[in-house]
Amino acid sequence: MRRVLLWTPLVAFVIVLAVVASGLFRPADRTVRSALIGKSLPDVTLPAIAPGKPGLSNASLRHGGPRLLNIFGSWCIPCAAETPQLLRLKAMGVPIDGIAIRDTAPDLRDFLARYGDPYRAIGDDSQSRVQLALGSAGVPESFVIDGNGTIVLQHVGVIGADDVEAIAAAVRSAR
Amino acid sequence: MTAELGLAALWLAAALAALQVAMAALGLARGQAAPTAAVRPIAIVQGGLAALAMAALIALFLASDMSVRLVVENSHSAKPWLYKFAGAWGNHEGSMLLWVTILGLAGGAVAIFERRLPERTLIATLGAQAVIALGFYAFLLAASNPFARVSPAARDGLGLNPLLQDPGLAFHPPTLYIGYVGISVAFSFAVGALVTRDVGPVFAKAMRPWVLGAWIFLTLGITAGSYWAYYELGWGGWWFWDPVENASLMPWLAATALLHSVTVLATRDGLRAWTVMLAVVAFSMSMIGTFLVRSGILTSVHAFAVDPVRGRFILVLLALYTGGALALFAARIGTVRAGTTFTLVSREGGLVLNNLLLSVILGVVLIGTLYPLVAAEFGVQLSVGPPFFNAAAGPIALALMVAMAVGPLLRWRRDDAAALLDRMIWPIAAAGFTGAGLVALAPPGVMPLLGLSLAAGLAVASVLPVIGRNPWRTPLFTWGMVVAHLGIAVSLAGMACDSAYTAETLIAARVGQPVRVGPFTVRLDGIKPVIGDNWSALEARLSATRDDDTIVLRPQSRFFADPVTTTSESAIATFRDGQLYTVLGRPDGEGRWQLRLWWKPFVTLIWFGGGLIALGGLLSLVGRWRRERRAAVREAWA
Repeated sequence: MRRVLLWTPLVAFVIVLAVVASGLFRPADRTVRSALIGKSLPDVTLPAIAPGKPGLSNASLRHGGPRLLNIFGSWCIPCAAETPQLLRLKAMGVPIDGIAIRDTAPDLRDFLARYGDPYRAIGDDSQSRVQLALGSAGVPESFVIDGNGTIVLQHVGVIGADDVEAIAAAVRSAR
Repeated sequence: MTAELGLAALWLAAALAALQVAMAALGLARGQAAPTAAVRPIAIVQGGLAALAMAALIALFLASDMSVRLVVENSHSAKPWLYKFAGAWGNHEGSMLLWVTILGLAGGAVAIFERRLPERTLIATLGAQAVIALGFYAFLLAASNPFARVSPAARDGLGLNPLLQDPGLAFHPPTLYIGYVGISVAFSFAVGALVTRDVGPVFAKAMRPWVLGAWIFLTLGITAGSYWAYYELGWGGWWFWDPVENASLMPWLAATALLHSVTVLATRDGLRAWTVMLAVVAFSMSMIGTFLVRSGILTSVHAFAVDPVRGRFILVLLALYTGGALALFAARIGTVRAGTTFTLVSREGGLVLNNLLLSVILGVVLIGTLYPLVAAEFGVQLSVGPPFFNAAAGPIALALMVAMAVGPLLRWRRDDAAALLDRMIWPIAAAGFTGAGLVALAPPGVMPLLGLSLAAGLAVASVLPVIGRNPWRTPLFTWGMVVAHLGIAVSLAGMACDSAYTAETLIAARVGQPVRVGPFTVRLDGIKPVIGDNWSALEARLSATRDDDTIVLRPQSRFFADPVTTTSESAIATFRDGQLYTVLGRPDGEGRWQLRLWWKPFVTLIWFGGGLIALGGLLSLVGRWRRERRAAVREAWA
């Protein structure tokens, strides 16, 4: 009995090793599964900030079909890197609404003029209130919402070229 | 040329390590004199060659040789020389080379200085040491060559992470690595003793200075790392239960347990199997620590990906070394004669209790650190943070404090519970008095209250072993124990004070507006830009007033151009009764500046206690060394 007991440290070690090894060899999955998926959008009332574009409100977000809600800021360098992918999504027919975090109208105008403008409407969230209510930690971050304002997908960080297809598909299937 | 010299030295060192393994195996298997005699000199030369390779890498960094890839990626010609120097190990390849250099030097030191162990056990030890070194040489040469060139040479380097541009970096990693490597030497001794079935007081005495030395460096490394995180990260916390921090804490816990059990083995010839087991566990923990930090397996969502090949390599090494040692343990320890026994209420019993409690804390930290990986197996993403660690490890740590107060007052082999209670009267009184006083004056939470009371009791209990003794006739290692235990009490008091009495203010302040924090009134006098070596910054001038005394603090928000990063440089004013900690945040665009202010009473005791703990270790080390030298001189005369 005692002799068998002496092997238990080795067995315990092998189990730990197996867990660690499988963690190492599994492809890294760094997506955050949002607790918000399936939930309704929180209350949103954001004034307009860009000339010629409406702001965002409960009414506009809960009617009018599925879309991508993109949280960004003109001061955020990764957001500029993300814009080409947003323009591609727009060209694929995905409606995109933006929430500008802690931005100013002149900065935002320069940003849109320089990198392109994929947005249908942009809401001004100068105090990050809606961003916090959405449980978003940073910019850029995007949500796919269906026609009733329910969140179906959360994408943390920059939308890369590889993510465009998946997001377009999510918007299509939310119809 | 320097790069090629370094690479050549590295290859030669690796070849010698292989030769060292072969000679040790031959000598042990056949008992021939020639291979046995060759092991020591090979170990010495191997250490020298590893040091030569490290020196070559440092020379390349100091000369800013931009034809070497590692220098290009991690250095910049405009950096102050100290950071060029420290930059040599402020990266993956360099830090691995530093690891193996210290390992080689330690092996050389064992070969030169170790005279007590039987020849066969020593040869087995040096063989085990060479096996470990060989793995790391293979790792460096196959997957992380620090001397690789780039062609064409770059015009300048990419810089070093600004968070790491700090004098602390120059000494923090080497300190921890010396600790890790010291533990690997203890591990090699354990393997050597298992191979020759020679587990006993002689083995314990040979291993003890390495354990003590490693433990001193780990203590210093953790203390310094904690202070670095405290002032550099600007969050006001001193311990975050981050995987990287846990990676250094786990070997320390195991080494602390080992330190105490090795004393039982050396003086009473007890706890043979347990001591060997702890040596294996301590080394495994330092390997797991290195693996967790280097593989990036537990980094947060916001970190950049780390090369998985490296993680696999270290994992394979971990599997070979720890798995091999545990298999050897299981196969051999049954044939090692049992040591002497003792009753439950005795110094040995106290040390066993200490070991068990330390092991439980170690288990808690290990489970908490690895749990996110296990959860990921079942498709659940989570992180384990301070709420778990504080709730799970805190109470056990407090129980450990009680054991630590009692332990040194126990007699070896057998003691009497009633007499013990008699000896404990002053510590109990001190704890009770402190607790009652705090409840009456400024009631803290339950855990801080327990912490402060226990700290008072432990402080009194710690000095009791030297009370009434002639200080000059008291052995130095007894002083070491007293100082180290006192250090724990001091550190515990600092932690409890910080968690109970810290005052925090977060405010958007206008220039000229006074802000209250604790006993201070802080005024934002103004903001001005300043320029440094390779950064520019906005610097706030704050004047803090308490009882008509005013001091000025200058926290900064620093911008580094290369690479583009912002760091906050906190400004800290240290007083006898605590620290005022200030951080400058962002402007809000309407003339207000975000300020975070903390008043942290007696927080410095945390690191002061850490220093005392390390000092206690040093006193013990010197004390043991002096006693053994005297014994050797006596033997020579007799």
